[in-house]
Amino acid sequence: MNGIHDLGGLTCFGPVEREVDEPKFHEEWERRVFALTLASLGGGLGPVDAFRHAVERMDPVQYLKTSYYEHWLEALETRVADRDLVAAAVGDEPLTPDVVNAVIAQGVDPIRDTESFAPRFAVGDAVRAKNRNPSGHTRLPRYARGRRGKIAMIHGNHVYPDTYAHDQGENAQPLYSVKFSARELWGEEAPGHDHLFIDLWESYLEPVTT
Amino acid sequence: MSEQHDHHSAPRNPYLEKRRTGEETIKLEQRAAAIEELLISKGLVTQEALDRLVEIYEHDLGPMNGAKAVARAWVDEDYKRRLLDNATDAMRELGFGGMQGEHMVAVENTPNVHNVVVCTLCSCYPWPVLGLPPGWYKDPPYRSRIVIEPRSVLREFGLDLDEHVEIRVWDSSAEMRYVVLPERPAGTETFHEAELAALVSRDAMIGVTHVTV
Repeated sequence: MNGIHDLGGLTCFGPVEREVDEPKFHEEWERRVFALTLASLGGGLGPVDAFRHAVERMDPVQYLKTSYYEHWLEALETRVADRDLVAAAVGDEPLTPDVVNAVIAQGVDPIRDTESFAPRFAVGDAVRAKNRNPSGHTRLPRYARGRRGKIAMIHGNHVYPDTYAHDQGENAQPLYSVKFSARELWGEEAPGHDHLFIDLWESYLEPVTT
Repeated sequence: MSEQHDHHSAPRNPYLEKRRTGEETIKLEQRAAAIEELLISKGLVTQEALDRLVEIYEHDLGPMNGAKAVARAWVDEDYKRRLLDNATDAMRELGFGGMQGEHMVAVENTPNVHNVVVCTLCSCYPWPVLGLPPGWYKDPPYRSRIVIEPRSVLREFGLDLDEHVEIRVWDSSAEMRYVVLPERPAGTETFHEAELAALVSRDAMIGVTHVTV
């Protein structure tokens, strides 16, 4: 979805503003929303890709007008509706404080090891980010689409957010760090020696043949 | 509750204006409470687990973790090599890893290369080693501009990079989490590891400042 969340390259938002002595949370409800999000992503309202897409589905004006944890709150409400949680059966294995440390220490591994892992591209290969505009969730930023870069790193076989966010399977595939020159992305006025590195799934990339 | 609203009094960029009336805050509290009640009643989580989650991220995890790894890399060449080869394993040696840092990459600043990290699409950030991100990291100005005009954004942080320096911007668009290994400042030759760690700021590990003495 080409949404307002995809901010890279806009220059209309003014200076970066930093809050002095910023607290982790400003209001008590933000603490609750933070904890509820963490707890629920592993317990029925996930995966995180679907949660991110719920933020992306916000009204764009609201997205800009509301604070960060308001985004999370609205996304939680969206996921509750997506999953029809109100009508769902009561589970018998709630997240309890004794296992919270272990859950955090373990995290959620996005890598799927398969014997058939065979990346199409090698480090140094020239690639182009496809010009694709899917209607659902994607992690291919608009500013990279159609641009040429080089494979800088191969990160392994990662769950594919474009399908996983929509309950269409993990479809794990090679993830690459792709190096783009600032000039390729932003034109000739960009400094010739600056670069951007973007993590892109194999489905986002095509070979460049010259 | 009143002191929790003090941040609203600072002058704000209009795009960051999040001033709320008391009534709006009450509505947000009610909406959050409704979700909390639902998740607890559906047997997904307990109240005590929610409290524990907040406690960990509010108090236990933060940039002091990343700073320890940076200081170790500055005093121990072998550790530095391991950190740059496989930051996930090297951070794990110090006990750091897990949620939102399942796979980490450390990128090294040098006199000729400056690295800076962003998430243009949301707010991805290496929680185990930096804690939760500051507001500016999650707000539109930084996320939109650091990729296209990094030099002017870095100047807003007080970092005026020489023209010859190559800037490398890392857009965290997947589940890899990036952390910057800053340059060790001059004049710290006699510092112990713990003294060095105390110098390393969150912002230096995001890549928007240098470490200074």
